[in-house]
Amino acid sequence: MIEMVATTVVSESVNSPGWFLVHAIGVGMGILGLVFFLGTAVGMVRFPDFYTRMHAAGKGDTLSTMFMLTGFGLVMMEDFSASSWLLLLKILGIVLFIFITTPTSSHALMRAAFEDDEMPLGEKDLKKIRNRARKANSK
Amino acid sequence: MKEWFAIIMGAFLLVLMIPILYRIIMGPTGFDRILGVNVIGTKTAVILVIIGTLFDRVDMFVDFAIAYALLNFVGAIVVSRYFNRTVPLHKMERPKPRRRRSVRT
Repeated sequence: MIEMVATTVVSESVNSPGWFLVHAIGVGMGILGLVFFLGTAVGMVRFPDFYTRMHAAGKGDTLSTMFMLTGFGLVMMEDFSASSWLLLLKILGIVLFIFITTPTSSHALMRAAFEDDEMPLGEKDLKKIRNRARKANSK
Repeated sequence: MKEWFAIIMGAFLLVLMIPILYRIIMGPTGFDRILGVNVIGTKTAVILVIIGTLFDRVDMFVDFAIAYALLNFVGAIVVSRYFNRTVPLHKMERPKPRRRRSVRT
């Protein structure tokens, strides 16, 4: 369904031929951001440890937000007026802000968790978990 | 048709927020909850831009998105610094303090 809507968005802008490529790039970046956010959601549920969940959330969240906002900024562009450029510039400002702040907050949270004596999983713990899962499967 | 692209993208974002909401509710440690709230807050900035598309007032809603991203960052930093400098979280949650893992082995 999302491909259908994307193709209609792109084909509507064929009438103004200069904007076809810009809108196509914007829609593609939006869909790519959704893919990265799917990775974040799956990682947040499936990973066994706080630090691995932090890994999934920090990276996927930053990249998917940057992709989606940039894609929407490109889809919004329709002419070269001053207000349109200002809008794109504001959205790129949000992208820059998130590019700086999300890794910072991830780092601060991870440091707080580490000084709060939350230990990461080691090899032995992973082996124990795997053995327990194998027993539960064999039963 | 640009509005339909915005609507479907927002709907997919909301659907993908459900697993993170699960992690916020069921998370074994408090830090998992803070992390989930941080992720959802970052995505809310995107959703605000999408809502601005639907109302044709993107220039106004982009400012809201900037303010929301700023508040989200400040909230995460304040919470992490607070837990970093004061009593450890598991001492607040549990009576017996010891080094442990949140995953039961």
